[in-house]
Amino acid sequence: MRFLTRRRRSKAAKPLAILMALFAMGLLYSVASPATQSSAETASPEQIARGKAIFEQTCSSCHGLNGEGTSEGPTLIGVGSMAVDFQMGTGRMPMARPEAQAPAKPTDYSAEEIAAVAAYVQAEFGGGPQVPTSDQYSADGMTSEKLARGGELFKTNCSACHNIEGTGGALPNGKYAPSLEKTSDKHIYEAMRTGPQQMPVFAKGTLTDEDTREIIGYLQTLHAQPEQGGLHLGGLGPVGEGFWAWVLGVGGLSLVAVWLAKKGARAR
Amino acid sequence: MARPAEVAKTSPALETSTPEKPAPLGGMGGPLGWADDRLGIAALGKKNLRKVFPDHWSFLLGEIALYSFIVLLLTGIFLTIWFRPSMAEVEYAGSYQLLKGVHMSEAMASTLDISFDVRGGLLVRQIHHWAALLFVAAAMAHLLRVFFTGAFRKPREINWLIGVGLLSLATIAGFTGYSLPDDLLSGTGLRFVDGLIRSIPLIGTWAEFFVFGGEFPGHVVISRLYMAHILLIPGILLGLISAHLALIVYHKHTQYPGPGRTEKNVVGYPLFPVYMAKAGGFFFVVFGVLVLMGGLMQINPIWKYGPYNPAQVTAGSQPDWYMGWVEGAVRIMPGWESHIGSTTWSWNVFLPAVALMGLFFTLLGVWPFVEAWITGDKREHHILDRPRNAATRTALGVAGMTCYAMFWISGGNDILATMFHVSLNAVTYFMRVAVFVAPVIAFIITKRICLSLQRADAEKVLHGSESGIIVRSPEGGYSEAHVPITADEAFSLTQHERAEIAVPTPNLDDRGVKTKGKRVSGLRARLAQWFLGDEIAPPTRAEIEAARHRTPTSPDLPEVEADEQRELADRH
Ligand code: HEC
Ligand code: HEC
Ligand code: HEM
Repeated sequence: MRFLTRRRRSKAAKPLAILMALFAMGLLYSVASPATQSSAETASPEQIARGKAIFEQTCSSCHGLNGEGTSEGPTLIGVGSMAVDFQMGTGRMPMARPEAQAPAKPTDYSAEEIAAVAAYVQAEFGGGPQVPTSDQYSADGMTSEKLARGGELFKTNCSACHNIEGTGGALPNGKYAPSLEKTSDKHIYEAMRTGPQQMPVFAKGTLTDEDTREIIGYLQTLHAQPEQGGLHLGGLGPVGEGFWAWVLGVGGLSLVAVWLAKKGARAR
Repeated sequence: MARPAEVAKTSPALETSTPEKPAPLGGMGGPLGWADDRLGIAALGKKNLRKVFPDHWSFLLGEIALYSFIVLLLTGIFLTIWFRPSMAEVEYAGSYQLLKGVHMSEAMASTLDISFDVRGGLLVRQIHHWAALLFVAAAMAHLLRVFFTGAFRKPREINWLIGVGLLSLATIAGFTGYSLPDDLLSGTGLRFVDGLIRSIPLIGTWAEFFVFGGEFPGHVVISRLYMAHILLIPGILLGLISAHLALIVYHKHTQYPGPGRTEKNVVGYPLFPVYMAKAGGFFFVVFGVLVLMGGLMQINPIWKYGPYNPAQVTAGSQPDWYMGWVEGAVRIMPGWESHIGSTTWSWNVFLPAVALMGLFFTLLGVWPFVEAWITGDKREHHILDRPRNAATRTALGVAGMTCYAMFWISGGNDILATMFHVSLNAVTYFMRVAVFVAPVIAFIITKRICLSLQRADAEKVLHGSESGIIVRSPEGGYSEAHVPITADEAFSLTQHERAEIAVPTPNLDDRGVKTKGKRVSGLRARLAQWFLGDEIAPPTRAEIEAARHRTPTSPDLPEVEADEQRELADRH
């Protein structure tokens, strides 16, 4: 310890300390954040240039060269990198053809390409909510009580559109709330914060990051847990159940009845 | 002097009790004999066990309903052991992880306990729910069988009425049960009914307060529903079902037309042993199917819905299937409402729900009497109609089913929209038209089909059935040889009679005197013409004889030699 105290006032001490702190931060950061992580601060000019190229080629026809919007697509000014990450990550953008609602589908873009476009939109069109870090949405290690609270939040805020099991539901005019069964933690978080299409934006004032983590934890546990009580009938509730009661119950038993009525008495 | 002791006076009527025959079952000993000596059931059984029951699969639909009712009673008793019908708030501490610590009513918590912490509880719960769905479904299918075969005609009108009562009670039984767990869907369903009650003009709000003991949801409704669900309604159902079955025994079961079957006999198997074995076996099949469904197919997963909370809703909230058509009617109804003075008249709920349900059960109830009035047919019927032979009734029935189905589909409009990726509004607008137009189309098509089938039957009786053998004549023409049908088949096809169509009674008879006695109004005559006018009369004996002589056909056509065949064809 004497060694450190003695050299404390040395000329090289300050830069060295900063360097070491930076190194430690970088190390921590690279451990904590996923590889696809991108945000305006860390975006390099090359990344932005790459994003610009992709944007101009695939997005600008609808959103305009400067993200000002066209008759084909809304403006992207101020949407931020999170919206882009969500829209491209869930395969909604680029939209294939004009329809009531861009459907989610497997995306054709790599994580780097999406990050590049996101960085470009964030940097050039005025920033907005940025791609979240995993500690914002990761629901690891939650207690049962917290998961149950997430369930309550989900039922209060989301199930009116997404159905109680998160299997999706219809909205007026050909729109729909999609199923959440296969959505990743990050995309659930981003959907809440950016409010795509008909979905309201759930800002931090409405749902804190803790709340959103609980919701995500609830959804992922619900969809991962084994089905109790037998085959899951598509999550359609009483409609599906009534269907099977008629088909298997009345239908199946009628077949048995036909067979029974055909059987004569042998020994008579 | 001591008063003489009182002596019982002999009553005027005297019944000497002599055992009719000492041992009805031929000197049976053992416990059976012991019981018979005291209860005398053997003589009773002897008569009833030989009761004949006709055999047809469609006669087993009522039995499916009966057996699912028995399964409901059995599983229901199991559930009452653990269910707590209370709306008191508790914190859930059972073993389902995703609801830990959530506040809910005791009813909900105990249902979760039955599902996760009582051995076999979830299985029994699921059997109970599947059985409830099957009970109503089978009753409905049975109703359709009775309707389309005309089994409701004299003397069975009362049993039809009991049946209508059974159907409405079965629906209420199902609904009250659906509401008991106090989960999100059942609460939403109760809220729906609350809306129906409140839409009743003038007394709606008062009635709501009466039912819920205050404003919805209140604190008493679950325990009230519980009383209705496990005591009141099953009790009435049990009584009505007994009356229903007693009347079947009294009237004897109907039978389809066929050789040897008349209005005065019943052809079938005796109750014991043949029918008993079949019916008993069928009970176990029904029970088995229900256990399989309960064990393999998830139903009403209340743990996913969570407790009822008026602030929560879910997309795709639907009632059980038998309420679906009412839900559908409400969904597609335009939002009509009027305000008179300080009162609100919610036509948008009252008409499609309360009025429509009332109309449905009233129409069902009065139909046997309306039909008897239209046709003027006051005879007893124990031979069933083949549906095609009552074309207008069958067409009306299919139109009714179509209308019901359209309402039903509307109840799932959101699910249709998501499943088939169409607009919810488009489905709704389409359905508003479809509930009126589809039944008319169904009526016309069904009636045409029935009349064609009638013609085909007459044709078959007169000219035989198609043999499937095409004969080529020397000139190159082709014709299909017909094979005469068996006498039995011809009998079955011609057993029905063409009913007489009433003609309006003139006001004055030919001497200008006012006619007396039973009169036929012009309206009734027109209805009778509409109802019966198009029927194709079955061929008469004379027509059949005449046809026999005109068309030479050979029953063993396949065996005839090639040149003989040509000869045959030449004669055509
Ligand atoms: C065919 C036209 C079209 C193309 C190509 C297209 N978009 Fe879009 N985009 C739309 C439309 C229309 C919407 C709004 C409707 C929707 O979200 O479904 C939209 C919405 C968005 C939003 C959400 C805006 C908000 O307010 O939240 C983002 C972000 C976005 N697009 C990014 C992109 C990116 C990045 C690309 C290129 C990879 C792209 N879009 C390509 C038509 C297009
Ligand atoms: C008003 C109805 C509505 C509500 C309430 C709502 N959503 Fe949505 N949600 C939508 C719609 C509509 C979309 C589809 C948007 C699109 O395709 O552009 C959507 C999309 C999503 C997606 C993307 C799913 C995927 O895989 O593509 C997620 C995740 C999501 N919502 C989660 C939530 C959560 C969590 C809540 C509650 C906090 C919520 N939503 C509340 C309507 C709603
Ligand atoms: C809800 C429970 C019901 C049960 C358990 C039940 C049970 C039965 C059974 C076991 C039979 C004899 C077998 C058969 O013909 O299928 C029968 C006959 C009959 N049922 Fe039902 N039934 C129910 C509902 C109804 C309904 C809803 C109607 C009509 C509105 C109805 C009308 C009749 C009539 C008219 C008969 C006599 C049929 C004949 O003799 O051909 N029943 N019922």
